Amino acid sequence: MPTVDRTAPGRLELPADELRAIATDVRRDILTMIANANSGHTGGSLSACDFLTAILFHAATIDPRNPSFDNRDFWNVSNAHISPLIYSVMAERGYFPLCELLGFRQLKGNLQGHPSAHDTPGIEASAGSLGQGLSVAIGVAMASRLDKHPRRVFCCLGDGELQEGSIWEAALSAAHYHCDNLTAIVDYNGAQIDGRVEDIIGIAPLAEKWESFNWHVLEIDGHDMDQILDALREADRLTQQPTVILAHTLMGKGWREIEDDYRWHGKPPTVDQANTALMQLGTSYDEWRERLAGSEVTA
Amino acid sequence: MTMRTFDRKKTREGWGDGLIDIGEQHGDVVVMVGDNAISCNVDRFAESWPDRFYEMGISEMHMVNAAAGMSLLGKVPFYVTYSAFGVGRVYDQLRVTVGYTPCNVKIGGAHSGLSVGPDGATHQMMEDLACMLALPNYTVLTPADYWETRKAVAAAHAINGPVYIRFGRESVPIVTTEADPFEVGKARVLAEGEDATCIAIGTMVAEALLAHDKLAEDGIGLRVINMSTLKPLDTEVILGAARETKGIVTAEEHQLHGGLASVVAQTVSRHAPVPMDYVAVEDRYGRSGDSEELLDLYGLRWWKIVEKVKGLLQL
Repeated sequence: MPTVDRTAPGRLELPADELRAIATDVRRDILTMIANANSGHTGGSLSACDFLTAILFHAATIDPRNPSFDNRDFWNVSNAHISPLIYSVMAERGYFPLCELLGFRQLKGNLQGHPSAHDTPGIEASAGSLGQGLSVAIGVAMASRLDKHPRRVFCCLGDGELQEGSIWEAALSAAHYHCDNLTAIVDYNGAQIDGRVEDIIGIAPLAEKWESFNWHVLEIDGHDMDQILDALREADRLTQQPTVILAHTLMGKGWREIEDDYRWHGKPPTVDQANTALMQLGTSYDEWRERLAGSEVTA
Repeated sequence: MTMRTFDRKKTREGWGDGLIDIGEQHGDVVVMVGDNAISCNVDRFAESWPDRFYEMGISEMHMVNAAAGMSLLGKVPFYVTYSAFGVGRVYDQLRVTVGYTPCNVKIGGAHSGLSVGPDGATHQMMEDLACMLALPNYTVLTPADYWETRKAVAAAHAINGPVYIRFGRESVPIVTTEADPFEVGKARVLAEGEDATCIAIGTMVAEALLAHDKLAEDGIGLRVINMSTLKPLDTEVILGAARETKGIVTAEEHQLHGGLASVVAQTVSRHAPVPMDYVAVEDRYGRSGDSEELLDLYGLRWWKIVEKVKGLLQL
């Protein structure tokens, strides 16, 4: 059933049911492209999937064919190792053909293991070393205020990433400069490479930390699309201070056998494992890979 | 022939005045500083254009990437702090976000070199060039005096890409004039000579000119080259010196490894090998002391250049 044009320029404001369907496609893309590459970060790509889908298909004014147009909103992902998610959402949104997902992490492709502005149109700043993206987003927010431009700025963060000191430099600064055009979203899945975040270097109580840094704090179920949309609307409405949305999620969300298992932070599924997961998502590895491979080359 | 004397002025004043020059002309210029606005000479910019000035506090990692973010919307951010922090502390940010993207960010490397003086080793950055020269996409400028530093600011604005400008704290000899050209990637011969060459940067250009004068007393002609851009490197002037003189001495207020000595030696050894020697800080940290005393102690002086030149010429 043809629905809306997912690749149209502008702010799509797609409804929650449509976003849920797209998020499922994105999860299928993620599993297929990682298995195809035999390399990539599965866990966080699946946990942050719903809110990044909501940003690009609902909240942000963007033009996938002309990503740097002047009146764009800005979005970035600071925990950029979840590049399979970034690239899948971008491809579904029309930044580049879906078939490019099959070149992920390979010499022949344009999709580097961690996003490269030089290689991939629509990636505004290269990323991959944790703790840097929030500051980049704040720079964009400050420049927007200087220009008196009503641009919204969305920055996705990992929760393990909050162990980086530079994040808290940025948090102080955004509040000091009253960057109320900035919305940060933390993928609060509680897991990182070496174990549970609270067992590695605890970050709780997280809401209180951000509040004490003078941010508005919203806490949601990061897999509930209605809550995500409500929070993004609320963040837009709030003034004076930046807003952080703490999105409680599950690492590996969508593939039952690995959900909430930190060992899947950076591990790729085999093709057989991906096939099992894709069956749970209503398709198969071969079928979905065929969809990606057969996509029209439009770039 | 007697040795020449110089008027002196701080290179950081050149940085500050350069920002006033371009702040007037270009509305896209924004300045960011890390809790050292006065000592980095950006207080006048702050007074002139308060809306385009950002005090970022003691948060260098954040400052670098906020500058990167600003550049994504077409601003031309010039951030400045002591290079010990503005390079040393933030190498990852300079590598991944600013360099790899690349972002149109300009970096003021204040208080570089041994001559910072009493603050001691922690603040005497002598590895900044090694860091910055190793990163792809950067232009690296090493102005010699007040006038060159001032002109380097405008030159950096004209470049679309990340630029590092190295300058120091103390008053240093003025070796160029207001009217002299400053062209990125072009070194200038400040004294002619056919026997040997000294290629110098920063404060050491004046020392090289003094060495020229001293050697002239012995009838030795020392060519002096002011290498005010290290990247892109003016290989033509280096190879000219290699072919037309009998040897090259480099002179810099920086570690021997990874700075001027390295890039000149790489160029010479690849295309026109000649005897070389180096005046630099040889694998040691600085220490507290008066600026002039320290330059004496570490041998960053004309007499060391003279000694090395005579050594090359086997005199």
